[in-house]
Amino acid sequence: MELILFYIASTVAILATVFALTRSNAAHALIYLIVSLLAVAVIFFLLGAPFAAALEVVIYAGAIMVLFVFVIMMLNLGEEGDQRERQRMHPAVWIGPSILSAVLLIEMLLVIVNVDGPQTGALIGAKQVGLTLFGPYVLAVEIASMLLLAGLVGAYHVGRRFRLSEPAEEDKKNQEQA
Amino acid sequence: MEGLAIPLNHVLIVATLLFITGLAGIMFRRNIIFILMSLEVMLNSAGLAFVAAGTAWQQADGQVIFMLILTVAAAEVSVGLGLVLQIQRRFRTLDMDQATRLNS
Repeated sequence: MELILFYIASTVAILATVFALTRSNAAHALIYLIVSLLAVAVIFFLLGAPFAAALEVVIYAGAIMVLFVFVIMMLNLGEEGDQRERQRMHPAVWIGPSILSAVLLIEMLLVIVNVDGPQTGALIGAKQVGLTLFGPYVLAVEIASMLLLAGLVGAYHVGRRFRLSEPAEEDKKNQEQA
Repeated sequence: MEGLAIPLNHVLIVATLLFITGLAGIMFRRNIIFILMSLEVMLNSAGLAFVAAGTAWQQADGQVIFMLILTVAAAEVSVGLGLVLQIQRRFRTLDMDQATRLNS
């Protein structure tokens, strides 16, 4: 049975990804992308990796996608944004993602109802992952923390508001040096 | 290695299909937001392959590497979206073909 659930979830994942990358509106694409990530989380769960599934939902579909939403909302401010907001309420926009995520919801209910039904081959729980992560891989954790710090500093530096005259001045300086 | 219910081959096929979709997105889309989304899809598919392999061999290593991929994705997307804001401010467009100052 879990095989059928797996095929359904992977179909949803691939369909949602294809839809996401072929939209013209970035906000609509984002909805499909979130559905795709949720479908991959279902696949993780069926594979017997519940911790990875939880991380996928919390960090990918939660945190990273919220970053995308922030940037997209920052980019289309103004009257155009209002019009798009009205378009966003149109049923044609949300019906596709809703159907795909309803499929995932039905799968989850099925899994919950027959508790002893879907048996994944092997369960690798959070405890085992944690022991491995802070055992042999503790150096990788340090490197990941440094990477996150570098990402933080880099995002702060790149994202700050430069003065508008700055590019021209830079060009002059470059020409003088040349 | 007692009975992985889902064949590893099939999971790897799904991961490959997701990766190809992301690669095609990078190659065919010119909007930088969609390029970043395609990158996310590709990293995600790599993570799927890692988790599947980790389950197949009954090791937690796959999920550990998945968490590291998650970290890389988070760092990459935060810097990338900062770059999106800068490109929008300087060029007033999100079309990557317009941002060719290095090419000059």
